[in-house]
This record gives sequence, structure tokens and C-alpha cells, in this order.
Amino acid sequence: MSQLLLDKLKARFGERILETSSFRGDEVAVVAPTDWLDVAQFLRDDPACDMSMFIDITVVDYPEREARFDLVLMLYSLHKGHRVRLKTRLADGATVKTVTPLWAAANWFEREVYDMFGVKFEGHPDLRRILMYEEFEGHPLRKDYAADRTQPLVPYRPEAKDKLAPFRADEGMPFGRRDWSPRDDAWKTDDIAHNEEHLAEAIANDPAETR
Amino acid sequence: MEPQDYDIAEDDLALPAEPMRINMGPSHPAMHGTIRMIVDVDGESIKNVDVQIGFLHRGFEKMCERGTWTQVFPYTDRLNYVSPMICNVGFAMAVEKLAGITVPERCQWYRTVLSELSRITDHLTCNGAMAMELGAFTPFLWMMKAREHVWDLLEEETGARMTHSFARIGGMAKPPTPNLKHRVEEVLLAVEDILVECEALLFKNRIFLDRLQGVGAISAAEALQFSWTGPTLRSTGVAYDVRRAHPYLVYDQLEFDIPVGSDGDNFDRYMVRHEEIKQSIRILRQCNKLMPDDGPIDVTDRPEVVLPPKNDVYTTIEGTIQHFKLIMEGAKIPKGEVYSFVEGGNGEFGFFIVSDGSGTPYRVRIRPPCVFTLQGFPRMIRGHMIADIVPTFGSVNMIGGECDR
Amino acid sequence: MGNVKSGQIVLEGSEQGFATTRFDALLNWARKYSLFQYPFVTACCGMEFMSLNGPRFDGLARFGAEAPRFTPRQADLLWVVGTIVQRQAPVLKRVYEQMCDPKYVIAFGTCASCGGFYDNYTTVPGIDKIIPVDVYIPGCPPRPEAVIDGLMLLMDKIASGRRETPAIVKPHNDPVGDRLVTLGKGSPRELEIGPQSRTRDDRPNTPAHAFLPKKAAT
Ligand code: SF4
Repeated sequence: MSQLLLDKLKARFGERILETSSFRGDEVAVVAPTDWLDVAQFLRDDPACDMSMFIDITVVDYPEREARFDLVLMLYSLHKGHRVRLKTRLADGATVKTVTPLWAAANWFEREVYDMFGVKFEGHPDLRRILMYEEFEGHPLRKDYAADRTQPLVPYRPEAKDKLAPFRADEGMPFGRRDWSPRDDAWKTDDIAHNEEHLAEAIANDPAETR
Repeated sequence: MEPQDYDIAEDDLALPAEPMRINMGPSHPAMHGTIRMIVDVDGESIKNVDVQIGFLHRGFEKMCERGTWTQVFPYTDRLNYVSPMICNVGFAMAVEKLAGITVPERCQWYRTVLSELSRITDHLTCNGAMAMELGAFTPFLWMMKAREHVWDLLEEETGARMTHSFARIGGMAKPPTPNLKHRVEEVLLAVEDILVECEALLFKNRIFLDRLQGVGAISAAEALQFSWTGPTLRSTGVAYDVRRAHPYLVYDQLEFDIPVGSDGDNFDRYMVRHEEIKQSIRILRQCNKLMPDDGPIDVTDRPEVVLPPKNDVYTTIEGTIQHFKLIMEGAKIPKGEVYSFVEGGNGEFGFFIVSDGSGTPYRVRIRPPCVFTLQGFPRMIRGHMIADIVPTFGSVNMIGGECDR
Repeated sequence: MGNVKSGQIVLEGSEQGFATTRFDALLNWARKYSLFQYPFVTACCGMEFMSLNGPRFDGLARFGAEAPRFTPRQADLLWVVGTIVQRQAPVLKRVYEQMCDPKYVIAFGTCASCGGFYDNYTTVPGIDKIIPVDVYIPGCPPRPEAVIDGLMLLMDKIASGRRETPAIVKPHNDPVGDRLVTLGKGSPRELEIGPQSRTRDDRPNTPAHAFLPKKAAT
């Protein structure tokens, strides 16, 4: 049934629909960023599509691609009961028109996409960070943001002890199977040295070890 | 003596007030700990609210990109921690959709039973907390008592009181205990009793009714504009329930009604949840009759995702290797992306998952229903009093873990 | 005549009808039964906190720690219940600073104790990075029984007046036991806090009659 929807989109926009696919009952249409708002508007207003409900908007990050962000918009028709996913590909720093005028619900979710990935929406009424704080630098859900890099707002107490993992910092399960970032690992090696110092000290002080 | 200000209109008595901006939260007893509201008030009536979320952003989505698919389950528990089994089942269903797995019939019944039990705890907690915030402490305690009964049952089944981590890809961690049906019936009777008591306590209480009726009303059109789902949407009169609109598990074989409200005010939201508890009880009774007593729980023909029986792990080399690979590398889920959704405690709880074919999720995104409701909050509260924030916010059932992830 | 040990108080009525004790011991004894709590509830652990208050466990009222005070200025026990993220950290610090001395902090749950399994860019790895903690209650979430244990540990700490080392609620059978290594210079390896320590494995060493009133010394 939703296949009809993709056909309809193709009939209306022709070449401007770059790709369509259907996987496990989920229909996806890919458009260029410039057509984003037009297609979304059509999906909402066309009586046969009638996408009255905004479900979600999110991003999937593929850092090895030139246009690294897949912006995904999910829509649902309350009356017809069908769903569609609209996708576009964005390079870092590229912008796309906001869909807030079409669905008021998109407001916070576009803010979240901006917060987590740094994709900017043109014409958004209030593009602030939503989940992270203003002082936060970078966009944490990008693959190349090191997952364990914190940016504390209050300095930690000097007397607070370091948490010592049961294994050393370079052992145990890696954070993800692939290391996305050719990042500066100096802080990490520092960590290891630091931990080793602690360990040596602990072992020296521990009578159980000398037993 | 005759009152002097006899025929003065109330407007004349009102003192002129400067518009003022006050801060509520993030550590305010009515804000459930993690929401901050900047309220613009004129006198005592609210002009505008800026709702700020994110005080419980724990990096769920980033953490999911870390381990194997199975290691996501504990995190899903802590999304909507009032109905963790629904999140568990929802994630398992999403991964199964991506991998093209259909779980055995008995497992589907079992998942339905656990989800509905979770829904009961969710609505009990929400309604109890809402009553407590209005000063009705006794119903809160009673509902906690009822929840404790359900938790007992869930603990017997899953081993944990609230963070179960019980679903698995292609099945459940354990088959149901032999006396599940008997215990469900026992618990349902206890919960029903408590519901009757709470009704007697609340529904004729003038204060309770006055604080809820007509407060925080919203129309169906506006609710849809904000993409509300779940009990909050149904309270405005739109009968959208995922269980009915897109039946999953065995909901198409079950008979239940979808309670809807008419005004979309706090009282309707309370009543919809109250009624849904009863419908869940009805569903559970039918499950008790229809659920098969034996049969497999895990899929048997997909060794690449399901752990082998423990006996094989210890006695055969294939079993050992398979177990090792599944634990260390994780189940290899085929490349692709799907969106799958269930009816959570707060509405359509969706998982958008992307796999790159390795054992680790490439991206897990959830659709948090209560963010949508919260987004409509300024619209609901505008023009009301500051004190109305408390019951209205309570009726939204904001769950920090799900809202901020 | 009363039998006064350091940090511990045993009151007995004598024939004359009075009791003697050290003033600070009396103060601590009084303090430990009248804790005013400030629940800083953020996350999932809050559900167990509700249960703890609920009819089955009744875990606070029985210990005189029920009355919640939603202004930190009137509270002396801060329950940190749930995950504290970087954005919440200044708030927590401010709440703590607004409390009057003596103030006690209980870290409820693994997240509050050490960050739990949220080891990432946004979570504070334990509230002790920000404020000092008196009692850690591990568990995700801890069962109400464990919390009651933790509250009793805190009461013991208050009574003994020794607050340098934090207390930890241990499991019934501690797999690590005394092999636990505490790191850092000068940190004591023992985490127990005195003769009345209520961690289970210490219990056999504390005879039950130690808690009963003693006969007056002849
Ligand atoms: S310790 Fe566990 S239950 Fe408690 S807040 Fe953290 S994740 Fe939630």
C-alpha cells in the first residue's frame, strides 16, 4: 500500500526523487537537500498521502562519506495508516530548511538534531541546544566525538579519588568496534601512566600482595 | 453590617502586577527532578513557559554504539523506567524486524503479558504521583502497594524488581515460571481491589476534581499538531492506539477497548490512564486463558542470533564456539535500517535502528513519546495559575530517562 | 549514671532520676533520629525511592527520617537518587552548599555512587566528584532493604561522630571482602566506621547485647 506512496512521489517529482527503497515494509525516499521542504509539504498536503503526523527526525552519521549526514524524517498518516521515511544527505556545515511550519512538533526535534549533530535548520524559530548545555563544545553524537570526553561545568573536587577500572584504560572492551577518530590520544596515554602509578602504589601498600 | 464592596467587579479589585519571570526546577519537588521551567507570569496567571529538558541526558544513543546488540537491553530498561518491559520488548521487536525473525507464539504471549503488567505499573505510578502532588497522599501509598504486588510478580518472572533486562533477540531470557497464570490472577485481584478503593477516595473529592477538571485542556487538533500519542492523545478523543492501529505480538487476538476522553484536560488524562489499567487487566485475563502452556520461547532455527542451550555450551564444541562468538562479537544483524514501534506507557515508543552488518549497532534512535507531550505543555498551561502547573505536569507523565535519554 | 564511651552513648536512669553523658554524644544521639531529608531525585532510582516510602518497606518513617524538606536550608540529609549529569552538577552543588551544617549525603544507586554504566561524555562519574558523600548504596537500583541498611549505617556514623571515611553498603556475602584495595595516599583500607558497623559481615563481631542497656557498673 505504501508502495503506492512512493509511486505517487515519483509521479509528482520525477527525477527529483533520487532513490526509493522498501525494506521490511519500511518505505524510504531520498531527495536532495534543496527539495526537502517541497517534498515534505507535498506529503502533508496531498490528500492521498495525508501525512498528518510527524513521527521523528534524526540523523545517521557516516563520517567517511563526503555528505556525511543522513537526515531522516519519519511521517505517519493517522487516517490512512501508512508511514514513510524521507531522507536527504548533507555535508558537514550544510543547512536545510526547517519543517517546523508544517508540523509544530518538529521544533524540539530539530533542536535536538542541531545539538547532537550540528546540522543547522534554516528558518527554525529557536535553534538552541536542547539536551546539552550552552557551554558544551562539539556535537556528541557525531561518530568522531570521543564518547568519554567530558566537559564538566563544575570542577571536580581535588580530594575525589579517580575511578580505577578493573582493567587498565587500554584494556577491556573498546568503545565501539571501530575507532572513528584519528584523535589526539595524549590524554589517554596520560591516563594509563597515571593509573599505573596508582596501581604500583597500591600494590606496594597492600600487605595482601606481599604475602 | 452590609459588605461595602458589594457590587465591585472582581477586575477592579485586582492589583496591578508587573510581569515577572520565575524559575521552577530543575530541582523542584513537582518537576520530578529533571525539568526546568522558566515561567513568565502576570500576577498569578501564566503568560508563557519555556520548558528546558536535558537534565537527565545520559547519552543512551552513544552508549548503544558501544557494545553488542544484546548489551543494549539494560539501557532500554532505563529509558522508560516506569514500564521497562515495554521498552525491552520494543527493542527486541525492532532488532527482530531488522533480522527478519518471528518469535514463537508462546513468546509472543509471554511478551504481551509482561508488557501489560508493565503498563499497569506505569499508569499506577503516574496516577499515584499525580494524586500525591495534589496532596492526596493515601491514594499514592495505596497505588504503591498495588505496584509492589505487580513488581513481586515481575521479580518472580524476571529476577529484578524494575530493571529487568529480560527480553533477548529472538526470545526471552527465561521461559515463564510454571505458576505464572496463577500468580497473575492473584495479583490482578489485588490490584482491582486497590483501584476500587482509590476510586472511592478520589472521585467524589471536591478538591481533586476542581484541581483537575477544566485545567490544562487541549483540543484534538492541537494535540495532533504536536504529534501526541498514547493516553494524552486519547484523552482528547482521538482513538489512536498502536495496539489497535498496527497490532503487534498477539494484540489482534485480544479483545479490549480503547478509552478516550472528550476535553483533553487533566481529569480526562487521569481517567484514561485509570481505565487503561482496567483494560490491561482484561487483556491479562484473556492471556491467562489463551496463552499456550508449553512450546519453545526462543526461536530455534536462528543459531546466529540466539544463544545455544547451556547444556550444549558445556558439552559440545559447536555450542561453545557459538556461545563465544555471540558473546564476544555479538549477533550479526543484517545490514539495513528499520523503524519499529510499540505502544509504550506514554504513547508510540519507536526504535529507529541502523545496522552495518557487524555485531554492534550503528545507530539506535528512540522516539520518545513524552517529549512530544511536553512540547505541548506551554500550550496547555497558558492562562492558568502557577499552582496548575503541578497537576498538569503530573498528568503529562514526564519520565526523565525517556525524555532526555 | 551513664556509661559513656567515645562516640557512643548509653543512657541509664539511676535512682536519682538523671543521666549523664557527654554533650556531643547526646547531640549526635538526638541528631540521628531526627533527620530531615531533601530528596534530590532525578532518575530510575526514584522509583525505588517511592517504594521505600511506600507501605511495604516504610523505610524512612521508621527511622525518623521521613519528613521531606523541599528547601535545602531546612534539610540535613541529602538523598542523591539517580544519575547526575554534567548539566545537573552545578545544581546539585548549589543545593548542597545551601544546606546548613551538619549535613549528610547519601548516594543512592550505582549512578550516584560512581556513574554506573553511563561512562560517557555527559555523566558525572559519581557525585563524590562534586560533593562529599557519607554513605554509598550500590545497586541499580538498590533494593529498599539495602537502602535501609545504608540509612542505618549513616545513623551509626552520626552517632559515632566519625565522618572521615565514607561507608558502603556491602552485599550479604562480599565476594571481594577484605581484599578490596582502596587507592590513593593515606586512605585507610577499612571502610567500616566503628564498633557498631552494620555491614553484615561485621555483625558476628558485634554481640547483640552491646546494643542493650547495661547493668550499672558496681
Ligand atoms: S543506578 Fe541504575 S536504576 Fe539507579 S539511576 Fe542509575 S541507571 Fe537508574
